[in-house]
Amino acid sequence: MNFEMIKGGRMKKQVVMNLVLALMISGLVFTVSCAKKQVVSDSSVVAIEDTTDADARAAALEKQRAMEEERLRQKALQEASLSEAARAQKAAALEKFVNQNVQFDFDSSELTPMARAILKEKALWLGENSGVRIIIEGHCDERGTLEYNLALGERRAAAAQKYLIDLGISQSRMSTISYGEERPLDPAQNASAWAKNRRAQFVVK
Amino acid sequence: MIKKETMQGRALLILFLVFGTVVLGQAHTVLAQHVYININEPFLRKVPVAVPGFKSLTGGANEDSLGKEARTILVNALDFTGYIAVLNPASYIENLAEKGITQADINFKNWTVIGTELLVTCGVEESDGDIQLKLRLFDPFTERLVVGKVYTGRIADLRRMVHRFCGEISFHLTGKWGVFSSSLAFVSTVDKNKEIFVSEFDGYNPRKVTHHNSISLSPAWSSDGKWLAYTSYAGGNPDIYIKNLYENRGHLVSFKGLNISPAWVPGSFSLAATLSFENDQEIYLLTGTGKIIKRLTSSWGIDVSPSFSPDGKKMAFVSKRAGTPQIYIQDLERGTAARLTFTGGYNTSPAWSPEGDKIAYVGITNGEINIYIIGIDGTGLVQLTSKAGDNEDPSWSPDASLITFSSTREGGAAIFVMTATGGDQRRLFSMKGAQTSPVWSFGNENN
Repeated sequence: MNFEMIKGGRMKKQVVMNLVLALMISGLVFTVSCAKKQVVSDSSVVAIEDTTDADARAAALEKQRAMEEERLRQKALQEASLSEAARAQKAAALEKFVNQNVQFDFDSSELTPMARAILKEKALWLGENSGVRIIIEGHCDERGTLEYNLALGERRAAAAQKYLIDLGISQSRMSTISYGEERPLDPAQNASAWAKNRRAQFVVK
Repeated sequence: MIKKETMQGRALLILFLVFGTVVLGQAHTVLAQHVYININEPFLRKVPVAVPGFKSLTGGANEDSLGKEARTILVNALDFTGYIAVLNPASYIENLAEKGITQADINFKNWTVIGTELLVTCGVEESDGDIQLKLRLFDPFTERLVVGKVYTGRIADLRRMVHRFCGEISFHLTGKWGVFSSSLAFVSTVDKNKEIFVSEFDGYNPRKVTHHNSISLSPAWSSDGKWLAYTSYAGGNPDIYIKNLYENRGHLVSFKGLNISPAWVPGSFSLAATLSFENDQEIYLLTGTGKIIKRLTSSWGIDVSPSFSPDGKKMAFVSKRAGTPQIYIQDLERGTAARLTFTGGYNTSPAWSPEGDKIAYVGITNGEINIYIIGIDGTGLVQLTSKAGDNEDPSWSPDASLITFSSTREGGAAIFVMTATGGDQRRLFSMKGAQTSPVWSFGNENN
């Protein structure tokens, strides 16, 4: 219908021109508004560039942090292995305390120089482990009379206990019991088994 | 219930006694008029005794097999004494199982000619599990009935009936009733624990009497055989348990430290034991309920293993007061102690003979552990075992004719027996584990 009007007269032509102009202006206006949108878009690109910088900084920081973390981790590992060594050392000390017996001569509850040396080590350990309470067991070899050996075993345990008291260990941390010949370490019937069985043995409560 | 009749010639004396502990009545018209043998004689000649086959009195098939069983029990028991040798039946001339078992049936010349010094006959009657044993002991030289008894009971009482008559034979020969009515207590390993067992005198029918699943040691009989004192770790500490074997009751001695090596005072409900609650191993006298009466020893060092004289007035024990373990005798009235053993550097485990004159003990010399006896005056030291393992824990039979002990001569520790002079050393029985600390009860001496 607009084409017929344009074809209809000059006035109509003028109207069409105005219309076209108006359309062009409006198009311009549209274009301008579009350009404005473009500008907004441009400013957001700038913001991204800014983020990139921050990221770089963050990455640097992160790297630094990771390095620090790795350093700490290494340190912790080192420390852990150190405390593991300490623990192992502690366990070994406990094991030695429990497994190293004080030996006696046949029919004797007297402490030999060797027995005293071992008891000194035990006193050191007891000093370092002040919360520990112990039982000192007195044992005999199978030779001799059972009842007599019960008494002899008690004297062995008591001799060990007395020496530890002399070395400063509180009596309240120690109790004694005799097993006589009832609990040999080595059931063999020979001199070395008998020697092994004549002992004060230490049990941690 | 057992009925026992005493036959002296034609005189019949009927007695009743309960098999168990209560004797309702009894009599012995035959007294030991003469002791034939001295069981302390070192080179004792064994008395030859003939034991012909036992006679079935009513002809039942059971009577034959019961008679064979009863004869085996009797022969083994007589062999056990160490002073009787049962003659080989192959040498017997008369068959009394067919001919008859009374004085009138026997031609004694047929027995003296083969060397019989004593002749035992027996008739067996059985009906519905009730049995009657008619046992007689003859002296074929005087052609005299020494003792005759009729035992009535159930088949399960067979051993006991035969052993009662063995006591009569012992009484005739030695003036003592022998070991047959004694019980034997001992320690045996059970898995990793030690428990106390009680058997008949010869190890027959052992029964576990402790159930602590712990270390239980050192059984000791009271004179009446009703109480057993022993040491056990059941409560974690070596404590003394005083157990009534017939009633479910007992007492505990549980002081701080050791409570060990109990020994009853003869004829008394009191016992001695080593305690260490005063920080030294000393021997104390206790009531049968475990209360301290008083301390008996007071010397620094080990005092252990009390053993009383039969009259209870003296006590042998082990002390280390002179530097090595030695046996001492303490006069309990005066409180003085004198050293008994001077030979060797380790003498322990004294056992005072029921006769009162000797002490058996353990000595270690040159690495050998052996049993010795010594007179209470220190003379007459004799070594009874030699070069046969470790020998320990000597204990006397109530008639002092036998010593039981533990030995490792056949490997693990086991219970052995020998005569009081070291003769006839033999193992009593085989049992799983290791057995130690045998001790006979006093038995029913009046049979």
